[in-house]
Amino acid sequence: MANLRLIARLDIKGPNLIKGIQLEGVRVVGDPQTFARRYYQQGADEILYMDAVASLYNRDTLTNIVRRTAEEVFVPITVGGGLRSVDDVRDMLRAGADKVAINSAATLRPELISEVAERFGSQCMVLQIDAKRSGPGRWEAYRDCGREHTDLDVVEWARRGQELGAGEILLTSVDREGTRKGFDWELVKAVNDAVTIPVIASGGMGTFDHLPEVVEKGGADAVAVAYMLHYDKLTLPAIREKSLARNLPVRTL
Amino acid sequence: MTTKVTIVDFGAGNLLSVARAFRHCGADVELAETAGQVARAERLVLPGVGAFADSMTGVQSRGLVEPLKAYAATGRPFLGVCVGMQMLFDGSEEFGHHPGLGLVPGMVRRIPATGTDGRPVKVPHIGWNQLITDHWGQGLLAGLSDPASVYFVHSFAGQPDDRADILAECAYGGHRVLAAVRRGNLIGCQFHPEKSGETGLTMIRNFLVL
Repeated sequence: MANLRLIARLDIKGPNLIKGIQLEGVRVVGDPQTFARRYYQQGADEILYMDAVASLYNRDTLTNIVRRTAEEVFVPITVGGGLRSVDDVRDMLRAGADKVAINSAATLRPELISEVAERFGSQCMVLQIDAKRSGPGRWEAYRDCGREHTDLDVVEWARRGQELGAGEILLTSVDREGTRKGFDWELVKAVNDAVTIPVIASGGMGTFDHLPEVVEKGGADAVAVAYMLHYDKLTLPAIREKSLARNLPVRTL
Repeated sequence: MTTKVTIVDFGAGNLLSVARAFRHCGADVELAETAGQVARAERLVLPGVGAFADSMTGVQSRGLVEPLKAYAATGRPFLGVCVGMQMLFDGSEEFGHHPGLGLVPGMVRRIPATGTDGRPVKVPHIGWNQLITDHWGQGLLAGLSDPASVYFVHSFAGQPDDRADILAECAYGGHRVLAAVRRGNLIGCQFHPEKSGETGLTMIRNFLVL
C-alpha cells in the first residue's frame, strides 16, 4: 500500500498562520512560510494551506505565500479556501500549488469538481468536506468555514464528489477541530467505506494515540495535523518514529 | 559554469514545479516549445501530469514528436517525469489505445485495482512509496540507499517488454509497479522527483551530472 501520509495543515488569515477552534476563535501563531519550511525540513509528507478568510481579503497575499513556499518546499502543496472557478484554480497551480481543495463553491455548483478534474486532472482536485455530526452515524456538510448549512449528507456528497472527478477527500470534523479530543474516526470510516479515493482525516488530534485510532478504525489514508505541530506538542520526527513503532506504514526518511 | 537543462513546455501541469526544482539544484533552465530548442538541448526533461492522450496531443500539436525521437537518438541525457515517462513507451491503454513516442518497448497499463490478497486497492496510487531496486548508489540513484521513498500520483504504469529496462519498482497492493525506467540515455520516473523532498532533489542533481 501507499504509505500513510503525514500532512502539516496551516490555516492562513491574511499574512498570518492561525489556529482556530472549531474553525472559529482564531489565534495568530506566526509566519506561515517559516512554519512550512520547518515542517518540510522535518519531513512533512505534504503541506496544506487553508485560507480561512479568502472571501474577505485580497487573494494576492495567499498567492504570494504559496509562490514563496514552492521555491523552497519540495513536497506536494495543497491550497484551499475560497477557490470558486477554474481560473482561480489555474492561478493557484501556477503559483506553485500541486493540488487545490474546494469546499463552498463545489457545494453550490458541483460541476466545478468536474471542470477542475477535466482541465487539470483528478490528481489535483481535492474535495474538502467540513462535516458536523447531525445525528447517530449522520453528518452534514457545511460551507464557509463551518458557518453555513448545505443540507448535503456527508457520505452521499463524498460519493458524488468522487463520481464527479475528485481525486481525494479532505475530511474535517468541525465538531473536533481545535478540540484535541481526537479525530472523529466514525466519520472517516463512514466516508472511507463509501469511496475508493484517498481520505485525509483532519481535525482533533491532541495526542499521538489519536493517529493509530483514525487509521486503524477509520481507514484514513492521510492525516492533517495543525495544533500539535504549531505548538510543538509533538514534532513530525516524533510522530514518524512513534508510527513506525506502532507498525503504521509511514515513509522512512 | 551552471548546467543547462531544457524542459519541454507542451502545457504540462507540473512544468513550473519541475523547473523550480531544477533551478533550486543550480541548473540553468530553458523552457522549450520548438523543434529547434529540443534539437539544441544538452539535457532534456519531458514533464507531464494528467491524461496520456492529452499530453501526447500537446506534444504533437507543437510538432515535437519527431524532434524528441531525434534528440533521444543523439545519446544525450533525457528524463521523462510521470506522464512524461509514460510517453517514452510504445503506447498507453488509458481511455482506449494511444501511441506514445516508442522509445522504450512496452505499454502503459492500469494499475491492478485488486491486490494479490484479493482485496480492493485504491487507484490512483497517491503518496510516498519505497523504491525497490538493485541499482542503489549509481546513476540517477547515486548517493541514495535503501530505504528511500518518493511521491507517486498515478493510475497507470509502464510495463517494459525488456525487464533490463527497469531501473526501480515499488510494491502496491502486493503487485510490483514500475517506478523508474532506464534504457541507454533515456530515464523515466513515474514518481515526481520534484515533489519527493531531498531524495528527489538528489536524483535531480544526479541527472545534472549524467
